[in-house]
Amino acid sequence: MRARLLISLPALSALTLLLAACGSQPPAPEQGAAGVESRTPSAVKVDTSPVTTVQPDKFDPNSIAALKDPRSPLSKRSVYFDYDSYVVKDEFQALLTAHGKFLSANPKMKMLIQGNADERGSREYNLALGQKRAEAVKKTLALLGAREDQLEAVSLGEEKPACTESSEDCWAKNRRGDMLYSGEF
Amino acid sequence: MVEITGAGANRLPVAIADFTGERIVAQALTSVVRADLERSGLFRLVDAGGPLADNATPAFEDLKSRGADAVAGGSVATAADGRYETRVRLSDVPKQAVLGNPAYLHTGAQLRATAHRIADFIYEKLTGEPGVFSTRIAYVVKSTGRYELKIADADGSNDQAALASREPIISPAWSPDGGKLAYVSFEAKKPVVYVHDLASGRRHVAANFKGSNSAPAWSPDGKQLAVVLTKDGSSQLYVVNADGSGVTRIATSSGIDTEPRWSPDRQFIYFTSDRGGSPQIYRIASSGGNAERITFEGSYNVTPRPSPDGKSLAFIARNGSRFQLALMDLATKQTQILTDSTKDESPSFAPNGRMILYATEIGGRGVLAAVSSDGRVKQKLSVQAADVREPAWGPLVR
Repeated sequence: MRARLLISLPALSALTLLLAACGSQPPAPEQGAAGVESRTPSAVKVDTSPVTTVQPDKFDPNSIAALKDPRSPLSKRSVYFDYDSYVVKDEFQALLTAHGKFLSANPKMKMLIQGNADERGSREYNLALGQKRAEAVKKTLALLGAREDQLEAVSLGEEKPACTESSEDCWAKNRRGDMLYSGEF
Repeated sequence: MVEITGAGANRLPVAIADFTGERIVAQALTSVVRADLERSGLFRLVDAGGPLADNATPAFEDLKSRGADAVAGGSVATAADGRYETRVRLSDVPKQAVLGNPAYLHTGAQLRATAHRIADFIYEKLTGEPGVFSTRIAYVVKSTGRYELKIADADGSNDQAALASREPIISPAWSPDGGKLAYVSFEAKKPVVYVHDLASGRRHVAANFKGSNSAPAWSPDGKQLAVVLTKDGSSQLYVVNADGSGVTRIATSSGIDTEPRWSPDRQFIYFTSDRGGSPQIYRIASSGGNAERITFEGSYNVTPRPSPDGKSLAFIARNGSRFQLALMDLATKQTQILTDSTKDESPSFAPNGRMILYATEIGGRGVLAAVSSDGRVKQKLSVQAADVREPAWGPLVR
């Protein structure tokens, strides 16, 4: 991943941050737990350094920098689903095509797809519903060029809502799949 | 901390007299014993008319005129080693006969625990069923950016955190010996099943395969866990040894299978599946074979929990937009809705089968509630200013 990519200066700083985040993953599950303990998994690193770009950006749609570049579709990471549905809607095909191509062009990059569900009903059943959404995103990406071993589909069920009110608007925001790249999970 | 509404139809009138001896200890004991018995909804407390030592003869005629069917007296003495010795005598008032005369050696720190044991003794003598006042419950408290897996006495007191995390914790399940909890934690950015030893605080991963790992359920012998894994596609049922070894798939469907629970006799595994188009409850023989559909009414029936005697099944049914706790008689398939709330989740039987603990929501906040299996007695366990969910009632402690 490091050696072969030709990347621009801001891309390099983004990559450094990604790698830094890689090194501070949550504690290994095998580690013993104290009777009472506080676990503090590392948050996704956000680039908060001041913009020091001197060179004009060379926009490469498949560069690592594109993942966080608001001009790139790769900066968009969420796919939304209808109620009780696991079908990836047409409006997200372009987004997933961009991510599929990126994964194909960056074979060492891995992606964690987190499926989510709205709050109604059983937590465990909602976990299974979120899994179906994550699997749908995964299958679409696989058809668009990503390799199976780059992708992991998991579910957060109703546990990590993007929106916490009990309304249809809010529930719609919670029925989604989020795509996280290496270093972001 | 516990608010009771409703009561059993035929509450047994019982007098718990003030115990004699060490006054503060005696008062603390009797107040907890009374609160326990009252909370069960099976007893009506009758004024005993004064203190009563364990070795004194109760004023049976007076107690009879007060309407008491049974009376308990006791005395607290300081033992040579500084501990307390509490002796209790329970008597049948109409028969003027002693029902039991246990003694307890305990420290000051064990006051509540001792009172729960006394209440368990009285409960069992008078109802013929084991009491559950000495059992513990587990639940998850969510506060801003923080999740705590807590263990408390069945009355909600003495809560202690077994685990604190910034990421969600769901689906705690007690091992049959009460020594361990299996649960799902999201601290690795995905659901992973852990087994946590409560005495040592040590834990290990029981299932962490590619994809999601969830919904742990202990086998009745405590050696295995049924879990839901997605390593082979959608959410499916597997069994692993409690140490995480030896994973075996136990059912196959093209859709979702989740929320497994063993029947107490180990014969069946109940679970939720959408194989018929909507989430419904099914069961399979633990030895394998075809799934048998259990629920037919309505389009959403989830979270099956077989009762300790295996004769009934608690679950969550959706009625319109309401999610309510329901109880099915497995022989007749008759179903009763036990609550009038709208967001019930995670039912859990008391180990004597009398009460069902569950999570519900009041004013946008998660609370724990319990209802008797006949729907008559309702309790709310409030934990101050916190969002509480995922209750699990622990086993009987012997």
